[in-house]
Amino acid sequence: MELATLIGLSMAIPLAAGLQNVLLARQQNLRDALTLLAAVATFATVLTILGRTGGEASATMRALTVMPGLDIAFAIEPLGLIFALIASGLWIVTHIYGVGYMRGNGEKGHARFFAAFSLAIASTMGLAFAANMFTLFLFYELLTLSTFSLVAHKGTQEALSGAKTYLGILMGTSIGLFLVAVVWTWVAAGTLDFTPGGILSGHLPASLVPVLLALYAFGIGKAALMPFHRWLPAAMVAPTPVSALLHAVAVVKAGVFTMLKVGIYIFGTGFLAETGASTWLMWLAAWTIIAASVIAMRQDNLKRRLAYSTVSQLAYITLGMALATSMGVLGGGLHIATHAVGKITLFMAAGSIYVATHRTEISQFDGLGRALPVSFGAFLIGALSIIGLPPLAGAWSKWLLILAAADTGQWIIIGVLMLSSLLNIAYLLSIVARAFFLPPAEDTPQAWSEAGPLVWGPPAFTALLCVVLFFCAGAVTDFLAPIAEVAP
Amino acid sequence: MSGEAASGALAGHGAEAAQAAGKAAEQAPGLMDHLPALVVLVPFLAAPLVVLLGARRLAWPVTFAAALFSLAAALALLSQVLGGAAISYHIGGWAPPLGIEYRIDAANAFVMVIVSAIAVAILPYARASIAAEIPARQHVLFHALFLLALAGLLGVSATGDAFNLFVFLEISSLSTYVLVAMGAYRDKRALTTAFNYLLMGTTGATFFVIGIGFLYMSTGTLNMADLAQLIAQQPGNRTIHAGFAFILVGMGLKVAMYPLHLWLPGAYSYAPSAVSAFLAATATKVAVYVMLRFLFSVFGPAYPFEASALGLVVLPLALLAMFAASFIAIFQVNFKKMLAYSSIAQVGYMLLGIAMLSQTALSGAIVHLFNHAITKATLFMVIGAYVLRAGGAFYRDIEGIGRVMPLTSAAGVIGGLSLIGVPGTAGFVSKWLLVQGALEKGWWWLALLVVASSLLAVVYVWKGIEVAYLRSPRDDVDRREAPLAMLVPIWVMAIATIWFGLSAEWTVGAARTAAEALMHGASEIVISGGVGR
Repeated sequence: MELATLIGLSMAIPLAAGLQNVLLARQQNLRDALTLLAAVATFATVLTILGRTGGEASATMRALTVMPGLDIAFAIEPLGLIFALIASGLWIVTHIYGVGYMRGNGEKGHARFFAAFSLAIASTMGLAFAANMFTLFLFYELLTLSTFSLVAHKGTQEALSGAKTYLGILMGTSIGLFLVAVVWTWVAAGTLDFTPGGILSGHLPASLVPVLLALYAFGIGKAALMPFHRWLPAAMVAPTPVSALLHAVAVVKAGVFTMLKVGIYIFGTGFLAETGASTWLMWLAAWTIIAASVIAMRQDNLKRRLAYSTVSQLAYITLGMALATSMGVLGGGLHIATHAVGKITLFMAAGSIYVATHRTEISQFDGLGRALPVSFGAFLIGALSIIGLPPLAGAWSKWLLILAAADTGQWIIIGVLMLSSLLNIAYLLSIVARAFFLPPAEDTPQAWSEAGPLVWGPPAFTALLCVVLFFCAGAVTDFLAPIAEVAP
Repeated sequence: MSGEAASGALAGHGAEAAQAAGKAAEQAPGLMDHLPALVVLVPFLAAPLVVLLGARRLAWPVTFAAALFSLAAALALLSQVLGGAAISYHIGGWAPPLGIEYRIDAANAFVMVIVSAIAVAILPYARASIAAEIPARQHVLFHALFLLALAGLLGVSATGDAFNLFVFLEISSLSTYVLVAMGAYRDKRALTTAFNYLLMGTTGATFFVIGIGFLYMSTGTLNMADLAQLIAQQPGNRTIHAGFAFILVGMGLKVAMYPLHLWLPGAYSYAPSAVSAFLAATATKVAVYVMLRFLFSVFGPAYPFEASALGLVVLPLALLAMFAASFIAIFQVNFKKMLAYSSIAQVGYMLLGIAMLSQTALSGAIVHLFNHAITKATLFMVIGAYVLRAGGAFYRDIEGIGRVMPLTSAAGVIGGLSLIGVPGTAGFVSKWLLVQGALEKGWWWLALLVVASSLLAVVYVWKGIEVAYLRSPRDDVDRREAPLAMLVPIWVMAIATIWFGLSAEWTVGAARTAAEALMHGASEIVISGGVGR
């Protein structure tokens, strides 16, 4: 098959999965099975693309010319391929988990839920393979719209106000700032194609580079840089599978992925380093890392605590871009993968705890560890990976980021990363400690046990992935190396 | 209504009827030459035909056929002028400036395509909609008036003669006053609204004709191309300055330039649904076109008075419209009113594109004529379907209607997204060009203001979606989807909204050629038609 066909398939299959969910709304088992099939097929398609290209950057494939000079076009490059692999691979796991969760919890509107979910995956695939900023922007907005209905899914007053915040911030930043940045880039550079080394060098006076970067950094609201991070905790009202795949992987990673793309292919890390335009962004990212961790410590609701932890972890990737060195970009790219497996484990474990006990507040978790060993065990492994302890995946990306900070002589940033690890320990391990070491509260029934295997299996599997990824990290960095080589 | 009959009527106007008869054999292939006149004449003559036939069953097919013919003719004309040429058609063979000239270039051919395409799309919808809103005995008159309004709007676009333009403007305006008043069968407030519209519209027309009078006084001509040359020769003439001001204010009323917009919300809210959709999509668009024609072709961007008038008057008013009208739209509780205020804001975008005096921004304004027309046509048709089933357009009438009428509502969501300017919809393309135009000029503050006002659109569109989807449906509504005759036009427009958002090469290309023609004149002029040629 042609590469272009494969890219088209990677979007068409999830789209078709969404459609069949609407058409077959009544046949629950058939519908869910077909969606699972679609998830596997999507992953296989992305794997085929990987096999075909070996991760080499491909030529640009034009799908549609919107305006003269503005195309909807797709291309393969390592960062996008990794992102697509993660999103489609974890979709399989999350779908199995999602079926278990939605049925186990008796949630309503399954067909609508899985349809919107599939549409979000289709948008993510388009975003990952976008060959220019215009295409990326298009799918970025599609992703916002398709996930919006998932956030509002429960239809309660809380869900509605969460959805309002979600849409308001993501739409507001993307139309108010991101769009201006994209048009400005087009006017200045005359192109929006992702080009190694950037397209802006020589087209923009040095004094305006930080301004344009600011439009991008704040406009890409999905990267949850402070002060535009509030949509992420607000999105936690969605059913947990959404929080797990979309608000720990697809949507937020789309944000930082876009951020990396902007740094590498629009500005060029060399250009950023030369003009020093990203220094302020580095400090803002460092502030977000610490501030979000501190806020996370104060959250009693587990999902909200995880959301603030995500805000903090996303800033690592922005930080990697803002350091404007090859090592920083590489660390950021790797962190997309490592944080994805770590955080999805945490969220699925949280959902698993909720299905089994219907408890959402950390203060209610005392002594639950013995009743739910798999859930809390997976949670522990995910937490350790986020903290960055070997032999878990998170260790490598944090290591690369520290190296990058050392390269540029930013000693304070190293301190920030260290402090952040300590804060991670405080707000993540305390949960596990409560569950395993504190005596159960008096109102805890004895009979509680794990929910079905569809619910506890997926987090256990992704916890395993955290370990596997630790040993495969070398392969991933080698694979990503081309994106870093263009930097000095 | 056949084309031959119309061209026969046209030949009757000719100087030498015998010659015309002799040319009859030659005229069959020469039909294309007469398109500039036929595009207007066919619907114009179909109007009395509908009344004379008098049969309700025949009214709709004749009207539809005439509109279809106009669309085909407008498309044929546009394809002829897309290369940058202009067609000069001499009515009755009298050469301008003495005779009346129809001058077709990319700008007005594009506008004619918009107007006739919207008419063709709305008529099948109107059939179902007016059956519910207007008593049967008035249907014939409705169709006749619709044809007159269509002919008037097309005539305004086609003509190259300033006074002839005024005449067509009045033809279209007078017929729309009556069309709006026909809403009285559903809601009596349509009568006062129509009267209000009549007063304001006539005031605007009067200002316009006084302006034309001033120009005629100083130049002795009414032909627009001729006017342009003569005006350029006397830049300091105060009478012409006064004429400019009168024309700007007069057309300002017709385009609903903030704060001359007071007629619009009422007229759009209380008119029959099909009329709201048609007016919202075409009437202000044609008025914007007239403004463009006078500002760029007649006076010309180089006219010393113009830059300051645009920069100091139109630009701030456009910004005011974008923000104030959007803000007012947020607080509406009636869907039609909300859309009406949104229209005023969207007209602000077009005026902004004009006031920036750059080719990119101007093409943004022109393409927005088209994009906004299809967007608003979708939305007003959706509301019309709601009115049919739920009995009103107030938010309280249509709570939870998204679940009762899923297909109609989905089209409404697409229209709403296009109003915001979400990528992949038509509204995005125009917004892109406007922002690009502002940034090319280095006016980054203006670019930020444009996107900031779209954020207000996010708020009012969200309110609509919240009402339609996130509340529970009322028990007493008609729990059926809209009839197919309405659904099809609605979805044709909704798909067009997406189509022209993803594949805007044609619209943007046409708009660029139109902007080029307006700013620098046509590359060549092809003289066509005219019996005495």
